[in-house]
Amino acid sequence: MGYNGRFNRNRVVVPMSEPRKAVALISGGLDSLLAARVMQEQGIHVEGINFYTGFCVEGHTHAIRKKDRDKPKRNNALWVAEQLGIKLHIVDVIEEYKDIVINPKHGYGANLNPCLDCKVFMVRKARQWIDEHGFDFIVTGEVIGQRPKSQRADTLPVVAHESGADDLLLRPLCARNLPPTRPEIEGWVDREALYDFQGRTRKPQMALARRFGFTDYAQPAGGCCFLTDRQYAVKLADLWKSRGERRYELDDIMLLKVGRHLRPRPHFKLIVGREDGENRFLQGYRKQFVHLFPVSHKGPLVLVDGQVDDDDIELAARITARFSQGRDADRVEVEVNTPNGGSRTLGVEPLAGGDVPKEWYL
Amino acid sequence: MTRVQLDARRLLCPLPVIRTQERVEGMAAGDVVEVLCTDPGARHDIPAWCRVNGHQVIDIEERGDELVITVQVGEAT
Repeated sequence: MGYNGRFNRNRVVVPMSEPRKAVALISGGLDSLLAARVMQEQGIHVEGINFYTGFCVEGHTHAIRKKDRDKPKRNNALWVAEQLGIKLHIVDVIEEYKDIVINPKHGYGANLNPCLDCKVFMVRKARQWIDEHGFDFIVTGEVIGQRPKSQRADTLPVVAHESGADDLLLRPLCARNLPPTRPEIEGWVDREALYDFQGRTRKPQMALARRFGFTDYAQPAGGCCFLTDRQYAVKLADLWKSRGERRYELDDIMLLKVGRHLRPRPHFKLIVGREDGENRFLQGYRKQFVHLFPVSHKGPLVLVDGQVDDDDIELAARITARFSQGRDADRVEVEVNTPNGGSRTLGVEPLAGGDVPKEWYL
Repeated sequence: MTRVQLDARRLLCPLPVIRTQERVEGMAAGDVVEVLCTDPGARHDIPAWCRVNGHQVIDIEERGDELVITVQVGEAT
């Protein structure tokens, strides 16, 4: 198993009147569900913590798009907490997280995902949380070799050390492949009843889920973070390039999840609603952006992000007409509105499909 | 008993849940928060958050595109 002998294999876990308390990082996926459940099985009082960075995939787009509104929706972290019967503390880390995205010490993964820095950050926040709330240790669902950057044999110790959690960080699913942590050494938990999972296979987790009676759990295909998505990363990189600096506000990263994004000129971008749900969502930004919509035909709400002159507005109006039901008409009336309430109507010829180059799409 | 309103309109889940959680902190058992939301996801998420944290949803009202979710603070705050 490879642990260093500080732990007494024959130690008997003595039940205490006050159970030890652990906070489990709950993503909403299977691994953290199982890790928390393993702790409950050992009599540990577990509460969950979930960090909201602004990039979490959790249901945003599904709630915005009308076609998805009738599908059952749930926040998987809350659902996991319900399955486990534990409290869940959802923590807004949007502001603090910006520095992780913009300046990751350990760099990015395949896209703009700073996975290792992200895990260090979240465990560091959990370390602060257990101090403030009188908890004993931290639990994660990490498994050696499960993720290419943040869950490797050489990076798991980095997470423990740089977060300041050190030996108060227990990974129940792969603990027997790691040196004993304080909860094991002190006998708060029984190391022999922990697991030695490793690698990318999900079979051991699925078998353990069956043993615990979990049959319905989230299996996100692309992780739980928009930053792992190539298309999203392209749009974020474009945002930074257009501003000449790497910064963002929450509204920026929300808008990257909505609509078609086209950059017809270097100094402005259009966000084109794809259907009623998105149009309604974009309407909330009317006081921040120049915006257009067709009045002679049904069509999208379009936000203009950037400084534009009259030629740019005409181009934006022709693109708006292109995405309206008047795309084949000779002329489409498009209303142009400014954030300060100014309004005018332009009659424009819709841009032909062949005149919208692929390079404009982000 | 205190009764307060929380404006979570235009916020996407889980932010309405987080704002509710922040508002409930420090309130007494029996106090009531009326959460105004526009994200349909809040209809599921706020009740789920209440269930796991010991609070109670006492009413959900639709007002056009808006939802008013009324939460009564539980003992476990």
